[in-house]
Amino acid sequence: MWFITRRLTFYVVAAWVAITVNFAIPRVMPGNAVNTMLAKFPQLQPSSLRALEAQFGTHAHGSLLSQYFTYLGNVLHGDLGVSVNQYPSKVTTVLAQTLPWTLILVGTATIISFVLGTLLGILAAWRRGGVLDRIMPGFTFLQATPYFFLALVVIQVFAVSWGLFPFGQGYSLGLSPGWNWSFISSAAYHSVLPAFTIVITSMAGWMLQMRNVMITTIAEDYVLVAQAKGLPTRRVMMTYAARNAILPNLAGFALSLGFVVAGALVMEIVFSYPGVGLTLYNAVTSDDFPMLQGIFLVISLSVLLACLIADIVYFFADPRTRTRGAD
Amino acid sequence: MSALAAPAEPLPGGAEQAAAAVVARRGAMLRRLPGKARVGAVILGLFILVAIIGPWIAPYDPSATIPSQALPTAPSASHLLGTTATGQDVLSQLLVGTRSTVVLGLLTGLIATLLSVVIGTSAGFLGGLSDEGLSLLANVFLILPALPLLVVILGYLPNTGELPTAIVLSALGWPWGARVIRAQTLSLRGRDFVAAARESGESNWRIIFFEILPNEIGLIAASFVGTVLYAILTSVALAFLGVSDLSTWSYGTMLYWAQSSNAVQLGAWWWYGPPGVFAALLGMSLVLLNFGLDELGNPRLRTAGPRKISRRSWRPADPTPVIRDDVVTMGDHRKDVPA
Repeated sequence: MWFITRRLTFYVVAAWVAITVNFAIPRVMPGNAVNTMLAKFPQLQPSSLRALEAQFGTHAHGSLLSQYFTYLGNVLHGDLGVSVNQYPSKVTTVLAQTLPWTLILVGTATIISFVLGTLLGILAAWRRGGVLDRIMPGFTFLQATPYFFLALVVIQVFAVSWGLFPFGQGYSLGLSPGWNWSFISSAAYHSVLPAFTIVITSMAGWMLQMRNVMITTIAEDYVLVAQAKGLPTRRVMMTYAARNAILPNLAGFALSLGFVVAGALVMEIVFSYPGVGLTLYNAVTSDDFPMLQGIFLVISLSVLLACLIADIVYFFADPRTRTRGAD
Repeated sequence: MSALAAPAEPLPGGAEQAAAAVVARRGAMLRRLPGKARVGAVILGLFILVAIIGPWIAPYDPSATIPSQALPTAPSASHLLGTTATGQDVLSQLLVGTRSTVVLGLLTGLIATLLSVVIGTSAGFLGGLSDEGLSLLANVFLILPALPLLVVILGYLPNTGELPTAIVLSALGWPWGARVIRAQTLSLRGRDFVAAARESGESNWRIIFFEILPNEIGLIAASFVGTVLYAILTSVALAFLGVSDLSTWSYGTMLYWAQSSNAVQLGAWWWYGPPGVFAALLGMSLVLLNFGLDELGNPRLRTAGPRKISRRSWRPADPTPVIRDDVVTMGDHRKDVPA
């Protein structure tokens, strides 16, 4: 089918571009992993230096093309190299430690924000001109605020002035990560403020989009018919109008899940949260190229995966996409 | 314009008249702008004014320090917004910093919109293989995670002044607009007036510039405003992360220095507050402007209060009321309709 072939081509090309950009970054940028290691450990022997060069893939022997194919092969085998900063940990090990933090916190916050924003959008459109609809421009103020500024204010009010919540780190010092109640409750307690800031800054976008599509849907004849039949208001609102209006939001949601890993960057720096964003930032500031490449690859591929899921969901949720391939 | 204007108008001698009509129509459009958009336009205008005159009306040199000082001082008569920990005047930093923030936003908006218009219209109008290729390019750029990529690229650029930053931001910011413009071009391409222009022997470029683009002005304006917002928020975030020229003043660098000098922990709200609030106001003016542009294009989105019709409050979401309309006031007709 033309539609599916085209989408699959897109994913293959996009994945290839992401991997190639990843390959190119350390080769285009000034600075080099081995020099960074040298600066850290000046007493390195020439023989171990060569071993490092081989490991980090810098000054590798052979042409750029053969390096490229070696890199492609390594990526396909899940070998992302060794971190400079946390030598000799493998990049995949570091990622396995930090990725869950980001996924759980930002993922949960994104879901809450999506559900809340969509529901408020439905209500704003249904009770058009009502209180919710009129105060909506106020929500956009939160959306237009630089995220970290809002986070600083929230920290100042809730953590510094009132002392209600802790800030910084993912859990209390002195606890070690594990599946026990004291650790999990501490981690949950520490994640309240970051999650709150993510929800209030991103909710307005969902709300606005849902309201605008919903308003167009409400004017459709089938909604009128449903109301004329005397169906309960909630049924008309949710099953007739909202169910059709939610498609663009649903597509946006799947996409935004892909950006969860990327969007966490600023949040994790402000809250010193031990996730992927902070690791990426540390990798940039310390020239940790293998780490940088690894995180970048994970981010790009997760966005791609989310797009693919969005496509599949859309394909089943909206029958029109199935016929559109024909024209 | 020929497709939009009345058929009687485009006479060779009537060019001046047509131009006057365009100006008049534009004036009318400003007055017709929905309230939200008017508020947005006024706030944005104020920011542009400050960007132009800010450095001249700043009471102090924003970088001048007071050597003996070690703590930020609260607002006073001599320093209306207080000072930083080293005695720099916050108000002066704000007035000077507005310029680079606004310039960077507008510059990025201009470059990115230009890119998205060129790519969007070519892809939509030419169709076929070029459409496939350009759409693929846009989609690939769309999925590249912008902020991490920007941190990586700008972190290693030797010069992170306004122009290099604007170019990198545009390079990652054009696909959003390009997709929308492509979709609109695709739909316009099939309209009768484009077919008529093609039949009369107009070249592809003439059709794109004079038939299709004028019909996409609203869309292009909205995409421009959206890109400016993206550029301002992203550049402020980048400066906050320290990935920017920290020797110049902008909202982002002000926040960077405030954060790195522990302004929040010191409780110096006059230091980190103003740049954040100003950036938020600037952002909100753009959001409001885009609201208005949306409503101009789609009148259904306008917020309308419930209307009172025949003692009953009627909302647009309710079924069309089968009751007397306020417009229909003809005598006997009234009795036939159940109230």
